[in-house]
Amino acid sequence: MKWDEFFVTGEPMIYGAMASIVLATIAIIVGLTYFKKWGYLWREWLTTVDHKRIGVMYILSALIMLFRGGVDAIMMRFQTAVPENTFLDSQHYNEVFTTHGLVMILFMAMPFIIGIMNVVVPLQIGARDVAFPRLNAISFWLFFFGAMLLNLSFVIGGSPDAGWTAYFPLASIEFSPTVGNNYYSLALQISGIGTLLTGINFIVTILKMRAPGMKLMRMPMFTWSSLITSVIITFAFPVLTIALALMMFDRIFGSQFFTMANGGMDMLWANLFWVWGHPEVYIVILPAFGIYSEIISTFSKKNLYGYSSMVWSMVIISLLSFLVWAHHFYTMGQGAMVNGFFSITTMAISVPTGVKIFNWLFTMRKGKISFTTPMLYSLAFIPIFTIGGVTGVMLAMASADYQYHNTMFLVAHFHYVLIPGTVFAVIAGFHYWFPKVFGFKLNDRLGKHAFWWIAISFNVTFFPLFFLGLKGMTRRMYTYSEETGFGPLNMLSFVGALGLAIGFAILVYNIYYSIRYSPRETNGDPWDARTLEWATSSPIPAYNFAVTPNVKTRDALWAAKHDNISIFDEEIKPIHLPSNTGKPIILGAIFFAFGFAMVFSWFIPAIIAGIGIIIVMATMSFDRDHGITVSVKEIMETEKKLRGETL
Amino acid sequence: MNIDATKPLEYGSEENSNKIFGFWIFLGAEIALFATLFTVYLVLVNRFAAGPSGPEIFELSGVLVETFLLLTSSFTIGLAIHSMRLGLKKPMMVFMILTLIMGLGFLGIEISEFFTYVHEGATLSTSAFVSALFVLLGTHGAHVGFGLLWGIAILIQVKRQGLTLATTNKSFIFSLYWHFLDVVWIFIFSFVYLKGLM
Ligand code: HEM
Ligand SMILES: [Cu+2]
Repeated sequence: MKWDEFFVTGEPMIYGAMASIVLATIAIIVGLTYFKKWGYLWREWLTTVDHKRIGVMYILSALIMLFRGGVDAIMMRFQTAVPENTFLDSQHYNEVFTTHGLVMILFMAMPFIIGIMNVVVPLQIGARDVAFPRLNAISFWLFFFGAMLLNLSFVIGGSPDAGWTAYFPLASIEFSPTVGNNYYSLALQISGIGTLLTGINFIVTILKMRAPGMKLMRMPMFTWSSLITSVIITFAFPVLTIALALMMFDRIFGSQFFTMANGGMDMLWANLFWVWGHPEVYIVILPAFGIYSEIISTFSKKNLYGYSSMVWSMVIISLLSFLVWAHHFYTMGQGAMVNGFFSITTMAISVPTGVKIFNWLFTMRKGKISFTTPMLYSLAFIPIFTIGGVTGVMLAMASADYQYHNTMFLVAHFHYVLIPGTVFAVIAGFHYWFPKVFGFKLNDRLGKHAFWWIAISFNVTFFPLFFLGLKGMTRRMYTYSEETGFGPLNMLSFVGALGLAIGFAILVYNIYYSIRYSPRETNGDPWDARTLEWATSSPIPAYNFAVTPNVKTRDALWAAKHDNISIFDEEIKPIHLPSNTGKPIILGAIFFAFGFAMVFSWFIPAIIAGIGIIIVMATMSFDRDHGITVSVKEIMETEKKLRGETL
Repeated sequence: MNIDATKPLEYGSEENSNKIFGFWIFLGAEIALFATLFTVYLVLVNRFAAGPSGPEIFELSGVLVETFLLLTSSFTIGLAIHSMRLGLKKPMMVFMILTLIMGLGFLGIEISEFFTYVHEGATLSTSAFVSALFVLLGTHGAHVGFGLLWGIAILIQVKRQGLTLATTNKSFIFSLYWHFLDVVWIFIFSFVYLKGLM
């Protein structure tokens, strides 16, 4: 193989990207060495099995990926801002929209959600950690190295270019001969295994590790949503695993699953992809609903309206989510009966979703609402998401979909559900739980600035796309002629995208600003909140709770504060914690090497890496981890220190 | 660690019973995985293009031996767990070893069958049908292969450490896995071979 086949060459922008990757890496290495932080980084973070730190690492990675996906988005909007633009060529545009979609959904939205789940769920149920802490670390590192593998494709070998849906035959070796879609199948596979393990881990955690007295119907809503999401993950991800494996076999080993000849069936891919893909949308949206439920109830100073209908609607949504997949390809010739069935199941989802919207509105009714930054995002979510939902019902009508299928109307619709649904939620959750993890709030004034930039610019960016779609501008079109008249609305949309970028920049600046200037808290409950995670101090000690809480009601902390129902009435006992381990990160790194070798069909290195994976797994099996025990004295000292008392 | 003496040792601590529960959920995911593979196979089974079809390459004798080996090994792993519960380390290990030997036999026959298929002109790239056949059988076979390595690791640990909270827990989980592979094989036997030969 020649160098210019290996590295992507001849593209000034990609040289720029290479240079910045190298420079950033050098800067990080030099910085860590200069400040002598390698040991700290390794001991406290890279080898950690603490759910809070794993959660923080997830969120940090997700924020970086948000930046990467955002740059892609700006490039696309810039390219289409004026007719006949030559900023990107068609191949490059294909790669950009493909990685944008992949990165945003799989490496930004889902990990952000899983990060928040990691931080919050064990605390909300009064547990010491997740059920399997080391497995949790493995999940994280598989996600992380999977994401890195996909990002590497940009400079080495070329990115996938067949859309995040990778439809066949477009994604086959015949029509997409670069290694891009090999990266697709391997990077997603590696991170997908991590996600599946997370799903299993959280089901066990939530079902088995709850504090005494926390019946299922007393669980906080975010925990409920995490449970249901974990169940969806557990049943949807194996389908993706198979789909990606078959894709890899087709592309790398010449099998005939999705080919056009020898009996292969391209529609099989579309079905498999969406049997996973549609539930995936709910994997990122249900926890978002959970986040909003917590925030709206906290900042309205009221308990959540219609608790059990909230739970049931999520259960129904999760079941229906597996029955609607074919609405993604009404136009691909499956007949009126099938389309009719999927049309009806799709519309049925709007009923439980509507129930939730009304419940949030009723929660706020007559509440004492405080308009904090997280609350603003939650308030903005409701009308914007409703627009997304209504246009979704429009798309659900099979016959009408023949009109807007694969147009900008669709692009507008799914951004109208994904951004207020998931992105606003994770940002709101980020602001809301930030003081829990770090012991100080993000600055509220800057937070609101960012909010208004983001909320307004979002609409400026995406509302024009509805009209462009109705006018006939198709999706994934890298340029268009002057006569189409698409120019002005696209320009408006580009301006909106810039506004979004400014909003996110303010958000990032806020993190920096708050680290420097925000006053530190001492009480652990800055929002006067309702659920157990606020009952321990901030920052949270490694063992979470000095004594296991006893739960007697919903909103246990609120009841403790206002009805004097005690939650901590046991004595302090020694606490056992698992010790750190470097094996998960090593395992992830070897998986990365394996994936990389497979992408280029270097089978000998791949086999060596495969053996390495088995060896690491075997040594993990032989490990006898005795963990560490925190003594009563240490616990008392830690607790005093966290409360700001002198020893 | 507090051991709950009212339960079998493999369930004896909270961590242990969580692990077993977690493994059941993992098996749920595995069911979804194999269900997808079966669906793919059944969708593609008649798409053999110019290549051979199932009845042309399947041979019952090998498959019957494979079935016999796997079913018997499911029985012996049951005996191993039974001995384990009685605290009999030696018999437990013997039954485990028998199980693994039969697993190895199964795998050996399967691999030799793959060679005959290829020999008869059915390679991974011949047709959609053969692709689906190889991937379905191969996934199951890979599971058996992984099970062999895993079983050996557990045997060594039982030998070194005796029947402890940790080793009984691992052995029990392994037995669940092994039974599961057996169940999947019964489906393969019925939906691939019997159906193909009828
Ligand atoms: C931050 C502002 C964002 C902008 C300006 C933006 C813009 C775009 C554009 C222009 C496209 C491509 C349309 C085409 O095919 O030509 C696109 C596609 C897409 N976007 Fe975004 N997007 C943003 C955020 C997000 C987020 C947060 C998500 C998910 C959570 C997301 C998910 C997707 C997906 C899945 C696609 C489809 C990719 C494909 O066609 O394969 N986007 N976006
Ligand atoms: Cu869908």
